[in-house]
Amino acid sequence: MKLSHAEIQASARAEAFAMPIEQIDPGSPDYFENDTVGHYFERLRRDDPVHHCNSALYGSYWSVTRFQDIMHVDTHHGIYSSDWTNGGIAITEPPPGEAKLQMFIAMDPPRHDVQRKAVQPIVAPGNLANLQSMIRERTCQVLDGLPRNETFNWVDHVSIELTTLMLATLFDFPLKDRHLLTHWSDVATSNKDIDPNALTREERLAELHKMAAYFTRLWNERVNASPGSDLISMMAHNPETRNMSPQEFMGNLVLLIVGGNDTTRNSMTGGLLALHNNPAEWDKLRNNPALVDNMVSEIIRWQTPLAHMRRTALQDTELGGKHIQKGDKVVMWYLSGNRDEEAIPNASQFIIDRPRARQHLSFGFGIHRCVGNRLAEMQLRILWEEIQKRFPVIEVVAEPVRVRSPFVRGFTELMVRIPT
Amino acid sequence: MSQVHFISFDGTRRSVETPIGENLMRAATDNAVPGIDGDCGGQCACATCHVFVSAPWAERLPVMQKNENDILEFTNERSGSSRLACQIIMTTELDGIEVHMPECQH
Repeated sequence: MKLSHAEIQASARAEAFAMPIEQIDPGSPDYFENDTVGHYFERLRRDDPVHHCNSALYGSYWSVTRFQDIMHVDTHHGIYSSDWTNGGIAITEPPPGEAKLQMFIAMDPPRHDVQRKAVQPIVAPGNLANLQSMIRERTCQVLDGLPRNETFNWVDHVSIELTTLMLATLFDFPLKDRHLLTHWSDVATSNKDIDPNALTREERLAELHKMAAYFTRLWNERVNASPGSDLISMMAHNPETRNMSPQEFMGNLVLLIVGGNDTTRNSMTGGLLALHNNPAEWDKLRNNPALVDNMVSEIIRWQTPLAHMRRTALQDTELGGKHIQKGDKVVMWYLSGNRDEEAIPNASQFIIDRPRARQHLSFGFGIHRCVGNRLAEMQLRILWEEIQKRFPVIEVVAEPVRVRSPFVRGFTELMVRIPT
Repeated sequence: MSQVHFISFDGTRRSVETPIGENLMRAATDNAVPGIDGDCGGQCACATCHVFVSAPWAERLPVMQKNENDILEFTNERSGSSRLACQIIMTTELDGIEVHMPECQH
């Protein structure tokens, strides 16, 4: 007999607090599919905040679970490397021999700096202002086209639709093919070791090569045209990135597609779920629509769309009383830090008008802090402004289906119904 | 207490009192001065308290350390007068300091 959501949570909590601590492997994919990982993080924050384990799936690794320790790792990039040559930025690694994606999120200075600066202008204040009315227009169109009085999947109809449109705009990508952006983003973050339904490594690589070929065609069209304000044109015209290797090009494409895609998508879904689960907070919003800005930050904290970021120690070092050795894998669990009561009062509660709502870990900190964070916030703000004008009530009619990943914290399904 | 004058991108001037020893990011956020965010809480980790400080005040600021410089590199409009407000600690010498804010924090 299938256990209820509450039974699954209770059982996991009991296990998390009773099991021998050295056995806790917080990256276990089941914990993310069932959303029970929070109990294990709570145990670790209390009893072993910088926690080592030998995982069957991930090998030997350190878990950093407290906010301040995570901040320390994120801001000491000279000690804790992101570079793909050292293993990159995720808990899982491609097998030896497979070409690793070279993207600036997985580079250290100095190469990181030149590539990040090349794409930064896409989110300069002037560009954001230009994008705003288009984002609002599209949001209105999508919301006005939603089924009424019938059940549908919010993830498909709203979250994926809006974020894909946004991404297509950033790349000036042909709108008729925009479903490919969703497809490539999902393929890039999939891993068959974790999710048996994912593509094989060979299939995955084949899809990413098709993606590279499509974008290479767009690059070739734009490199000789006059500079445009889309990401491809920016990279093609900037002297620092104009002569990127094909691997770097593919890596940075994946970065921009993934970075701008499932994160915002899952925050759009997660925000609705959070309000549904906390009706008093939704009442606050209805009574004071100006809370939307603060609420957006709280949604991003609550959802923590990327549950972790990984680093590799470049030297022996100390952290939280533990001795980290050169070469060790160190995982910053943003999802845990975002629930750390020592840093965030009432961290385990979704509070849309909380003070200092912007002080969360979801965008990371330091030189790798999410370059698109203001664009993400703008999309979410516009979505909730327009929802409030139209739909006093959105019913969530079933438990969500979550992505089976220790990295992407998201949903494939959230069935909802909007009454007329 | 000392005075800090925050001048926003559109020229609006807001003056606040702040205790000696407090950093200018907190002076702004504690007094609801718009235009400075301080997402990292003042740990030199986000560059969302980016301000411009000109003469004569710039010369009286502590020398910029490497970590401040590294983070400032990723603001959109870095200039020679760019500093992070969280790294400017109020002293009696800085009473009356004027800081200008960028169009927006990134």
